[in-house]
Amino acid sequence: MANLKDIRKRISSVKSTQQITKAMKMVAASKLKKAQESVVQARPYAAKMSDVLASLAVRVEPGKHPLLQRRDEKNVELLVITSDRGLCGGFNTNVIKAANIFLNEKKEICEEVVLSVVGRKARDYYKRRNWEFKNEELNPGTTSFSQAESIARPVIDRYVEGEIDAVYVAYTEFKSAMTQNIVVKRLLPLEPKALAEDEIPVEYIYEPSEDALLADIIPRYIYTQMFSMLLESIASEHGSRMTAMDSATNNASEMTAKLTLLYNRARQSAITTELMEIVSGAEALSN
Amino acid sequence: MESDKILLEIASPYRQVLNVEVDEVIAPGEEGQFGVLPGHTPFLATISVGQLIYRQGDQLKYVAVSHGYAEVEYHRVIVLLDAAELPQEIDVARAEKARLRAEGRLAEMSHEDRDHYEELAALDRAMNRIAIAKI
Repeated sequence: MANLKDIRKRISSVKSTQQITKAMKMVAASKLKKAQESVVQARPYAAKMSDVLASLAVRVEPGKHPLLQRRDEKNVELLVITSDRGLCGGFNTNVIKAANIFLNEKKEICEEVVLSVVGRKARDYYKRRNWEFKNEELNPGTTSFSQAESIARPVIDRYVEGEIDAVYVAYTEFKSAMTQNIVVKRLLPLEPKALAEDEIPVEYIYEPSEDALLADIIPRYIYTQMFSMLLESIASEHGSRMTAMDSATNNASEMTAKLTLLYNRARQSAITTELMEIVSGAEALSN
Repeated sequence: MESDKILLEIASPYRQVLNVEVDEVIAPGEEGQFGVLPGHTPFLATISVGQLIYRQGDQLKYVAVSHGYAEVEYHRVIVLLDAAELPQEIDVARAEKARLRAEGRLAEMSHEDRDHYEELAALDRAMNRIAIAKI
């Protein structure tokens, strides 16, 4: 039977862990709420941006802008978005797993695969495996449009210069606090939404010229996409942490219950032995 | 939808700023201000820093806008902007601070400086916010 003192120690340690996980769960819940809000708030802009681009893109030749041109995928870049902090269940491992599958696939058919990372977890993981990064950026759990811009700009530059022929992003799509999808999505070349069949493209007046507008709008569209990916990833991180911490808290309560039972049993058996000793001692005396 | 109204939607990356029915929109296009009345021909333009004005009945309302795009359809105007604020949302103290900061930096640098243009733009935005808040 385990030592009484040891069990007592164990119980108090589990309890203090539980307090931590509980607090983390609360924090994650409130951060999730905020992150979710920003995801929702950012949607109208992103949706309209893609509408505008779509209506613009059907009226220009595909070769007109370098970011619309499709080339053979010889050199591919993958951008992996994870979080900086751990303790969020399988969040980071799942993204990395999906990224690895993608990398292995592409390695066989492409000449070169390069990597960029957002978030400390992906950076550390791939650094240990001797990858070099084109870009690395941290992911402190909040983001801004200008961060999205600074992540996307060098990627666009590399694409325009022909250094890479396609860009993919591995990130977590936010569905709800409980469900998140890991996706690997192509960022470049762009594929503007096609018009529905019954839609007739309207003739527009452009101000300034069509080309100037296109040159201005396309990079912005990519920043917008980057921004919403970052937002979704962050919301997923908080959601994932919340569920992970919730189950950790539940496990801790279960553990405490089990240990308390063990403790009581040990205490009882200690008392029983003691009593037996006293009784047998008394009996020996009276005889 | 009634045929003599325009649906004005303004969105920035962070949020939807406005979604209202209006009678007229006057926007600061990059190549000059333009006005939109119901039934305007489809039109796509870049917007620069300035004041977007919309009319509801005989009431004029102002929005502080920065760089972005406006897509005009017959009865709909979609404006996508880097940033947009309604007059009541503008933090005048903050804008004033931004103005002083930009002015200070501009005084220190020459015209050839790389950031000169950016600081000018920052000053522009701050002045615009202050102007809108005072209307």
